[in-house]
Amino acid sequence: MDTYYHPKDLAKFGEMGTEAPELWKAFSAWYNAVFKEGALTEREKALIALAVSHAVQCPYCIDAYTTASLEKGSTPEQMTEAVHVAAAIKGGAALVHGVQMRHHIDKLSM
Amino acid sequence: MALLTLANSRSPLADAATQRATLAALPLSRSFAEAAASAGHAPLRAARVEVLQINLGKRCNQACRHCHVDAGPDRPEVMPAAVLEACLTFLDASGVPVLDVTGGAPELHPAFRETVVRAREMGRHVIDRCNLTITRLPAYADLPEFLASHQVEVTASLPSVSARQTDTQRGDGVFDDSIAALKRFNELGYGVEGSGLLLNLVTNPVGAFLPGSQAALEADWKRELARRHGVVFNQLFTITNMPISRYLEFLINSGNLESYMARLTSAFNPATVDGLMCRTTLSVGWDGTLFDCDFNQMLELGTTAGAPRTIFEVNAAALEGRPIAVGPHCFGCTAGAGSSCGGTVA
Repeated sequence: MDTYYHPKDLAKFGEMGTEAPELWKAFSAWYNAVFKEGALTEREKALIALAVSHAVQCPYCIDAYTTASLEKGSTPEQMTEAVHVAAAIKGGAALVHGVQMRHHIDKLSM
Repeated sequence: MALLTLANSRSPLADAATQRATLAALPLSRSFAEAAASAGHAPLRAARVEVLQINLGKRCNQACRHCHVDAGPDRPEVMPAAVLEACLTFLDASGVPVLDVTGGAPELHPAFRETVVRAREMGRHVIDRCNLTITRLPAYADLPEFLASHQVEVTASLPSVSARQTDTQRGDGVFDDSIAALKRFNELGYGVEGSGLLLNLVTNPVGAFLPGSQAALEADWKRELARRHGVVFNQLFTITNMPISRYLEFLINSGNLESYMARLTSAFNPATVDGLMCRTTLSVGWDGTLFDCDFNQMLELGTTAGAPRTIFEVNAAALEGRPIAVGPHCFGCTAGAGSSCGGTVA
């Protein structure tokens, strides 16, 4: 293995059931139920997953949910906006911690 | 910039035998015949012909990147009058209820309108597989009125509600022209509930991925086309791209061929086999050769031995029960919810 991430490894995800089949079964059932159409459409859920994939920086998830979003009819424009939402939250989350910094500044400053 | 067809760019893939060999060399987990057998179809056989699909030629005013026909403005193939006459004779004698007219852009054929009129006089349902932009050419501007006056079902290509995706697949400016054409069809009553004038849209994915849920996409498209453009339509048909001609070239050049075919193969759905369009369609090439479907036609995979081979020797009874010619490309019609000229099949 010359890299930690390899595209072919996505297809091996199911191997995580080898040592803990019951946990894998439970995870799979829950995972599949999550992505079924409910109050949100499958397309909307795939877009959320795509955005979160970027926030958690999971290359496997980006691969899977880029394909899923296209297949469920999202356009590249919609997908790009979803990634911007994720990026905005990530950026905003960093920035809002500046308030803590300001509290410390206030506490330490004359 | 307009795309060159494979035929006119001297691509090796212009040769159907090269395409068949390319597909046959792929390391698939099983053959299509084995997959069909697992679904109880050993071999896959035709039922009664319900649709006569005639390819009036490979000429088209567009040259789309995914076109399995390799159609374009530079293609000279046009169905000769004698072949067209034989098609109409068969339509009349056989009682096949639906005439599905395709191309290229079928409307470019000089006898397109006469064909429609005669088929309608026979009482047949006629489907025009329309690329929409043909109606924006001055010489064809009255086409929507003609189709409406003969109650022709229009099945129109539009890959996406996104202009950029549509233009990427079909050429610069095609989306705007298509929307203008759809608005004209709507003005005539096409796509309007209760009018009796059917306007269906066909979407092929713009890339190496499968189409999504037809029902979910149709709901999205109806909402978005109405909201953004005031356009209405009846049904959306999702069609899986077939690894043939220019789409095959795209798969090869983009490095997606093996993964796409593996995806189609692994997504085989046995529930789609009963409803495969090849079982109820007779496809006639521009030169009168018979095929089990339009895709076999482009791969020059003719009807199997013992079945009629041309429109000049055809009779409906000899077609029923014939074994269907199959190959790796057939996995495109059985993946997921299945695919046909009328959308999903399962």
